[in-house]
Amino acid sequence: MTDATASGMAVPAGRPKSSLLAQTALMKKRNASEARFKFYGVAAIVLSLSVLAFMLWTILNDGVSAFFQAKLSFPLELTAETLDPEGNRNRDEMARVTTIGYGRVLTTAFATELEKRGIAVEGVSEKDISDMISKDAAGDLRATVLANPQMVGTTIDATVLATGRIDGYLKGRVTMETAERDSNVTPQQLQLADALRDAGILGSSFNWDFITSPDASDQRPEAAGLGVAIMGSAYMMLLVLITCVPIGVAASIYLEEFAPKNTWTDAIEVNISNLAAVPSIVFGILGLAIFINFAGMPQSSSLVGALVLSLMTLPTIIIATRASIKAVPPSIRDAALGIGASKMQTVFHHVLPLAMPGILTGTILGLASALGETAPLLLIGMVAFVDNYPAASVAGVLDPATALPVQVYGWAQRADPAFIERSSGAIIILLIFLVAMNVLAILLRRRFERRW
Amino acid sequence: MNDMRIVERTVDTQNTKITARGVQVHYGTSHAIKDLNVDILDKTVTAFIGPSGCGKSTFLRCLNRMNDTIAVCKVSGEIKLEGEDIYDARVDPVQLRAKVGMVFQKPNPFPKSIYDNVAYGPKIHGLTRNKAELDEIVESSLKKAAIWNEVKDRLSAPGTGLSGGQQQRLCIARAIATSPEVLLMDEPCSALDPIATSQVEELIDELRSQFSVVIVTHSMQQAARVSQKTAFFHLGHLVEYGETGQIFTNPQDPRTESYISGRIG
Repeated sequence: MTDATASGMAVPAGRPKSSLLAQTALMKKRNASEARFKFYGVAAIVLSLSVLAFMLWTILNDGVSAFFQAKLSFPLELTAETLDPEGNRNRDEMARVTTIGYGRVLTTAFATELEKRGIAVEGVSEKDISDMISKDAAGDLRATVLANPQMVGTTIDATVLATGRIDGYLKGRVTMETAERDSNVTPQQLQLADALRDAGILGSSFNWDFITSPDASDQRPEAAGLGVAIMGSAYMMLLVLITCVPIGVAASIYLEEFAPKNTWTDAIEVNISNLAAVPSIVFGILGLAIFINFAGMPQSSSLVGALVLSLMTLPTIIIATRASIKAVPPSIRDAALGIGASKMQTVFHHVLPLAMPGILTGTILGLASALGETAPLLLIGMVAFVDNYPAASVAGVLDPATALPVQVYGWAQRADPAFIERSSGAIIILLIFLVAMNVLAILLRRRFERRW
Repeated sequence: MNDMRIVERTVDTQNTKITARGVQVHYGTSHAIKDLNVDILDKTVTAFIGPSGCGKSTFLRCLNRMNDTIAVCKVSGEIKLEGEDIYDARVDPVQLRAKVGMVFQKPNPFPKSIYDNVAYGPKIHGLTRNKAELDEIVESSLKKAAIWNEVKDRLSAPGTGLSGGQQQRLCIARAIATSPEVLLMDEPCSALDPIATSQVEELIDELRSQFSVVIVTHSMQQAARVSQKTAFFHLGHLVEYGETGQIFTNPQDPRTESYISGRIG
C-alpha cells in the first residue's frame, strides 16, 4: 500500500459528511435492489404454489368422483330353472351356465321391478333397459352364485353397477345433449335414470371396488379398479427396499469409510453420480435386455419391475447415504478411534446411528421416486392389461402385475372419458402413497435425530 | 490468568515411557516434522508448545498413530513405547490406542448417556466381566476425572447436555476408563472458559500420579502451570526440551526465548 501512495496515485477522498437521518443515493439504490430481490423471491414462491394448487385442484376435481359409483339396487330372484337346470346345486354342472344366462336373470329381475313400480319412459326398449346394467354385473353375479350354490332359488337384494354412461350422467359428465350424439346411450335412458333415482333404485355410493378390483376392458369403465396396480406397486416397493437398502448402505459405508482414495474410487464415485442422472427409460431397456431376454425372467412381473427400479434407485440411495455419513462430525470418529475402537466398531457404533436419519430419508425419497416411475416399466411389459391378482405368496412376484403410474398412463390412453376420471382417481391414490411416504420420512428423521 | 509463576516441581521419576528417535513426518510433499528425538517420562506432564503449524499436534498424533487415518501422512523413524516400536508391522494401532488414550481439542462426547460414554471403552476392550465391574470402572473414572459429584445423579442423561468444561472432563473420564498408560491431550482447554480451564488443569496435575500425560497447548501460562517438562517446537523442529522452569526462565536457544517473550509465533 505504501508503494501505491509513493507512486503518486490519488488517495480516495474520505466519505463526505452526511446526516444519518437521510438516506444517501447509494443507500437508496442498495435498498431498492434488496426490495426487488425479495419481490422476485415472493413472486417465484407464489407462482409455484399457485401452479401446485391448480394441479391439485384439477386432479381432485377430475378424480374424486372416481371413488363414487352409480349402482342399481333391486330385488333379484335367482331363478333355479335358468341357473341350475339339473336342479341338484352341483357347482360343476352350474358352471355350464355362462354369463349370458346370468345377464338374462339380471335383466328380467330389473325389468320386473320397473314394471312393478310402474316406472316407464316412452321409447325405452327392453334392450335399452338391460343396457343400463353394467356388462360386468353378470360375471360378478355368476362368481358369487358359483361360490355359494345354495343361493339359487332365493330372492336377494342385489346391488349391481350401472353402466358407465349412467354413472357419467349422475356425475354430470354425460348430459342430454351429449347423449343425442352418443351411440352408447339415449336421452330416453337418461330420463329413465332420473325416474330410477327418484324411486331410489339408482344411487351413487362410495366405491371400494375402485381400490380393490382389477382392471376392466374398454367397454366396462365402471368396473375398472386399481387392485392389481396397488398390489404390483406394493410388491415392487418391498423388493426395491430389500435389494437396495443393504446394497446401497454397504456400498456407501465402504466407499466413505474404508475405501482408499485413488483413481479407482474416484471413477466409481463419478459413475455413481452419472448413473443417478441416466434417464429412467434407459434402465428399462437394460432390464428388458438383461432380466427378460438374457435371464429369462417372466415379463410384466413385479420381480423384473422391482429389479429395474432398484437399478434406478440404488445411485440415489448411495448418494444420500454417503452424504449423511459424510455429515457425521469427524470428532465423533476421532473420539471412538482415540479410545481404541476398531474402524468397524467406530462405523457401526457411532457413525451409522448418527447417519441413520439421513439414510432413512434418502431411502424413502428414493423409494417414492421409484413408486412414481413409469417409463422403465413400459419396456418390461408392465403396461399390459392384467385382470388377475398376483398370488399373495412369495411366488406372486413372478405373476404379471401392473403398477400405479402405469395404470394412470394406461387409463389416460383409453377413449372413454370415464377412464380419464379413473386416471385422475388413480393419481390421487398415488399422491396419497407419496405423501404418506414423505410424512414417514419426516417422522423417522425426527425420531432418530440426535444432537451432538 | 497472566501470572507466569512457575511452581517448583520435582519430577517424580526418571523412567522413560516413550522414546522417539529420528522421527520424520511428511504430509504429501510437506515435511511436517524433521528429525525429532525426545524422551517422554512416566508419571510426568510433558507440555508441547510452539507457534501454530509447528508440528506439535502432528507429533502428538504420532504417539497413538491417529495419523494413520490420514492417507497422505507418512511417518518414519522410531517411536518406542516401553521399548516396543509402535510403528512395527505387527502392532495393531487399535490395540495401541487402548494403551495411549487421547483427549481432543473440542470436547467430543458421544451422543449417548454419560454412563455409556465412559463404559464404551471398557466394553469394547472386554475389561469387565459383569455389570457391577463396569459400574465400578465408570464410577472410578468419573471420580478420577473430578466430575463424579456433578453427574452421579444423572448418569443416564446425554453426555452432550453437559457444559463445555464438564464435557471435556467427561472425555477425560472416557479416556482413562480404558486404563491407558499414556494420556495425550491436544489443546484440551482451548474451547473452555477460564473456570473450566482451571478445573481441567487441576485434574491434569492429579492424573500425573498414574499416567504419563502429554499436553499440547497454545497457552504458555498453562504449560508453565501444569507441566514438569516442556518441549518447544518450531517449524517442524524440536528446538528445546527440558525442565519447564528452565525453559521458561532460562531458555538455551534464542528461538525459544523469542517465542516465550512474544517476538515470534
